[in-house]
Amino acid sequence: MADRDLEAAIALTRFGLGARPGELARVRSNPKAWLLDQIRKEGADQPQANPATTQQRIAEFRDYGEAKKQAKYAKANGETPAEYDPVKMAQKQIREETGGDFAARAQLGATTDAGFRERWTLFWANHFTVSATKLATATVVGPFEQEAIRPHVFGPFATLLGAAETHPAMLLYLDQAQSIGPDSPAANFLRRPPAMGVGQIDVPKRTRGVGLNENLAREILELHTVGVDGGYSQADVTEFARAMTGLSVGGLREGPATIGAPVFRPQAHEPGPRTVLGTRYPSGGKEQAGAILADLAAKPQTARFICGKIARHFIADDPPQGLIERLTQAWMSTNGDLGTVAATLISAPEAWDRRPAKFKTPYEFLISSWRAAGGSPKDIAVLAPTLTALGQKPFSPPSPKGWSDDAMSWAAPDAIVKRMAWAQKFADRATADRDPNILAAEALGAQLQPATATMIARAESRPEGLAILLMSPEFQRR
Amino acid sequence: MNALTRRQALTSAAAFGLSLNLLARTAYAATSSQKLVFINCRGAMDGLSVSPPIGDADYSALRGGLAITDNALKLDSHFGLHPALASVYTLAQAGQARIAPAIATPDRARSHFEAQDVLESGAGGVYGATSGWLNRAVGALQSQGKFSALSIGATAPLVLRGPAAVSSWSPGALVNPQARLPSLLMDLYRDDPLLGPALARGLETETMAQDAMREDMTAAPPADLKAYAKQGQDAARKLGDTVAGFMKESGGPQIAAISLDGFDTHANQLGLIAARLGNLDAVIDGIQKGLGSEWPNTVVLVATEFGRTARANGTGGTDHGTASTALILGGSLKRGGIIGDWPSLKGSALFENRDLAPTLDMRALFKGVLADQMGLDRKVLDTAVFPDSASVAPVSSLV
Repeated sequence: MADRDLEAAIALTRFGLGARPGELARVRSNPKAWLLDQIRKEGADQPQANPATTQQRIAEFRDYGEAKKQAKYAKANGETPAEYDPVKMAQKQIREETGGDFAARAQLGATTDAGFRERWTLFWANHFTVSATKLATATVVGPFEQEAIRPHVFGPFATLLGAAETHPAMLLYLDQAQSIGPDSPAANFLRRPPAMGVGQIDVPKRTRGVGLNENLAREILELHTVGVDGGYSQADVTEFARAMTGLSVGGLREGPATIGAPVFRPQAHEPGPRTVLGTRYPSGGKEQAGAILADLAAKPQTARFICGKIARHFIADDPPQGLIERLTQAWMSTNGDLGTVAATLISAPEAWDRRPAKFKTPYEFLISSWRAAGGSPKDIAVLAPTLTALGQKPFSPPSPKGWSDDAMSWAAPDAIVKRMAWAQKFADRATADRDPNILAAEALGAQLQPATATMIARAESRPEGLAILLMSPEFQRR
Repeated sequence: MNALTRRQALTSAAAFGLSLNLLARTAYAATSSQKLVFINCRGAMDGLSVSPPIGDADYSALRGGLAITDNALKLDSHFGLHPALASVYTLAQAGQARIAPAIATPDRARSHFEAQDVLESGAGGVYGATSGWLNRAVGALQSQGKFSALSIGATAPLVLRGPAAVSSWSPGALVNPQARLPSLLMDLYRDDPLLGPALARGLETETMAQDAMREDMTAAPPADLKAYAKQGQDAARKLGDTVAGFMKESGGPQIAAISLDGFDTHANQLGLIAARLGNLDAVIDGIQKGLGSEWPNTVVLVATEFGRTARANGTGGTDHGTASTALILGGSLKRGGIIGDWPSLKGSALFENRDLAPTLDMRALFKGVLADQMGLDRKVLDTAVFPDSASVAPVSSLV
């Protein structure tokens, strides 16, 4: 049945991360059931990464900061440096750990039998972006995904939202960890006049004030829940920011056991009731922010905003309105049960248009190339330079908005030339003695176009044939 | 002597009663070397640090330790420049750089993404246009003759996206021109409206890049943080120099767009902004020195999506605000003071009691530059380039 061949190809490429050799044949008996079976309450798969937790990474990072300070002090005092440089050792360790996290995720993507589950997970990790562009979050993006995102991608949205926004990585990335209620006991304590005699101590000039930082509150409203048209005002942002004060990351004050752990500091919490989007929240501790988050998760604006984003990510840059409607209804009737939303996406007829409308992001292009070749990226060194050159540096989206996934962002002339240069080199290494005609049929199935098949058949070498496959219009899309 | 702009040529031609039609063509040919570089500083660049209002009585109190006062590079008794902007300062002293210290797009939502969309689309509000104003300007210029534009970076910015074909380039992979693959793919992409034109332009630019890059771009890995910051500036200067190299090529782009990231200084603003402005300064220096004899034909515009709060926040930084500073630089700039008015930082003057109030619409500056420098007509600017903007008058007498 031609239809089932086409459905299998769509299931593997549009919903998944591309077909590995042999997969099309396995999936074709029932492509939709193959996709639905990947939805499971326990969430996503976990990459085989270094098992260090966010808390351990943050503690490690503080140790590194200490070692750096000590090395600077030793140097200033004319001491001869130790045989090995602790700072360089730590830097190397950090680089290797985060590189390892990313490579492990890419390896999972390249080898998984549940490609849709992983794609669905990547969507949510990008929705709740934490970027390594900040020094404080450079080492925790991988653990954040594993701890806050992966377990919750098929459960209630409210659970995922709560886990992501209160995770130390997010609190550090969007500056919540330092935000203090302007009228909290902590702020009043820090503002007190200096005690007699303190002047003799060499106190560093204080450029850091104490007070509110509204970054996380704003981005939750704008990017994570109701969206920029969700009907909130500057006053709502500020009120929400006040409600979240106290949510922070454990430091030396709380003792070594809580360094890097999520903490709530009642003394830094802004006292008093808050009003956000017309709802009044009585004064309290961390349950105040929790109640606001729960209400935001349940808003119809949130359902509509995120369902539109899902449709744009999976189906088309300009998706059919009917599909967004369908997803929004599924969301609203189940209080945001993400497993149901995923099943609705799979069952929607609008999702199965035979033309591939989405242009692959650099990450999707690379992962699907390894899948087509039946391989897996060996380490970070084969990923990072290419992804960086193509504009998608590992774990480093340029802003909290995350990576965009429309064709205009990724199909610039220069990017196509760079994809071609990479495909050429990749094909040289990956082809070995395999027949590119077979690889093409196994990767694209019913979506392989006659013009591409003919050109691969006429290629002057096996690597050239594979490079043509990877750069073909149908492989560049999904 | 400065080259006559197209607009000036047309005006004097009209005065002498010459045939406009005939002269327009000649004038265009004579001024087709006019160049424009747009630098977008993403993340909401703090105007009060770029051009600190040292003469404003409220500045120090609002900013505390974040105020740039004693070490500001003094332009006059009212304004200075951030100490990291040394090259810009040198140009300003020669009358080749001016500031617009209280400028904003029409957007007031304080969202990076919405405001960047408005800044780059040139529309009166969010979702007002899906292409960029610079792309539409390129389209208008292409209708007059051969004209090309280039965006720098791995992804195409909205400001240059749209119906007019433009190129993009970023440092990196070099293509082996001997290989068969490029021509095979050109054949395979014949009917592909996205990939076909993109690959063709990419290959053309890649060939040009091999000439434009006069030195090797790879540098030794930095030894320590200081060296790293230095390499950041060296790399930035090299980027500016390479852009200049492209623009000097025969048939090279006359318009280029560059994005610089990382201006979102919610915390530790003092150090962060010094590093970012150091890079901006180095890019400008690279462009100016690299263009050499072409600098008098060039204007560089620097803008950001919005400014930051007038007061420092609780974490040594500033939050999302409204008005910020734009810079205009060029070898043939007319002398003048600040562009637009200064609203002051008095409590009653602050926008919504928190931000520097805007006194100038960003589109007025952009329109002024496109009119004076690129010779675009007011009518085209009011309708095609900046839709429904007839009420926004271009800033006059810039070039």
